Amino acid sequence: MVPTPYYLLLAAVLFAIGAGGVMLRRNTLVILMCVELMMNAVNLTFVAFSHELNDMTGQVFVFMIMTVAAVEAAIGLAILVELYRLTRSVNIDEFNSLKG
Amino acid sequence: MVEQIVFFIFTILVLGGGIGVITTKNIYYAALFFSASLSGMAGYFVLLNAGFLAAVQIVVYIGAIAILILFAIMLSRRMMTTKEQQTNRQTWLAAIASFLLFVALLGVVMQVTWPLSAEKHADNVLVLLGMSFLGSYVIPFEVVSVLLLVSLIGAIILARDIQTEEGRE
Repeated sequence: MVPTPYYLLLAAVLFAIGAGGVMLRRNTLVILMCVELMMNAVNLTFVAFSHELNDMTGQVFVFMIMTVAAVEAAIGLAILVELYRLTRSVNIDEFNSLKG
Repeated sequence: MVEQIVFFIFTILVLGGGIGVITTKNIYYAALFFSASLSGMAGYFVLLNAGFLAAVQIVVYIGAIAILILFAIMLSRRMMTTKEQQTNRQTWLAAIASFLLFVALLGVVMQVTWPLSAEKHADNVLVLLGMSFLGSYVIPFEVVSVLLLVSLIGAIILARDIQTEEGRE
C-alpha cells in the first residue's frame, strides 16, 4: 500500500520537471510536451486524492482535464504548423513580433 | 510488496521520461520519452483504482496527443535539426526556478498529517463514474462535448488551405 504523499510528491516532481522544461527549451513542440507533462502531474494528484477519499469527483475532474488537454493539443499543433508554414521555424525565440 | 516494486518501476518510467523530454537534443527522442512518461502514468492510474482512466490515458494521450506531436515534428522537420542549440540562455535560472517550485510543493505536502486511506475501495468504479457523469456532473459533461465540437470546427478552419479556396472563387 503506497501512501498518498508519495504520489503527491511524485506529481510535484513531474510538475517541476515540466515547468523547468517550459522555461528551458527552445523548440515549441518540446514546450507543448512539457505543458502536457504538467497536466499529467495534476491528473496524478487528482486521482491520488480520489483514491484516498474514496470519492469519484477526482476521476471526473481528470476526465475533463484529459479532454481539454486533447483539445488544446490539437488546436495548438494546428496553430504551430500554420506558424511554421509562415516563418519556417519552430524556435520560440523567433516568435517575438508582439515584443515591445 | 509487489505494489512497491511496481510503483518503483512506474516511477522510473515517468520521471525518466520527464527528464528525457527536457534534456534530449533530438526531438524524436523527446516525443518517445514523452510517450514513455505517459504510459507510466497510465500504470499509476491502475494502481490507484482508476482503471477506466488508465485506458483513456493510453487511448487519448498516447494514441492521439503523442501521435499528433509526432506528426507536427515530421511536418516541421527541416528547420530544427539536432545540431542547433536546444536550450536558451536561461538554463540555470530555469533549473533554479523549477527546483524552488518543487521545494514549495514539498513544503505544502509535508505540512499535512496524512490519514491512512480507506482500506476498502469501490470495485465498480466504472458504474460510479457513469452515474457521476449522468448525475451530479452532467453539466460539465455536456459542456465538454460542446468544447470538442468547437475544437473540431476550429481545427478545420485553421488547417484549410486559403489559396485553393481563393483560386476556386
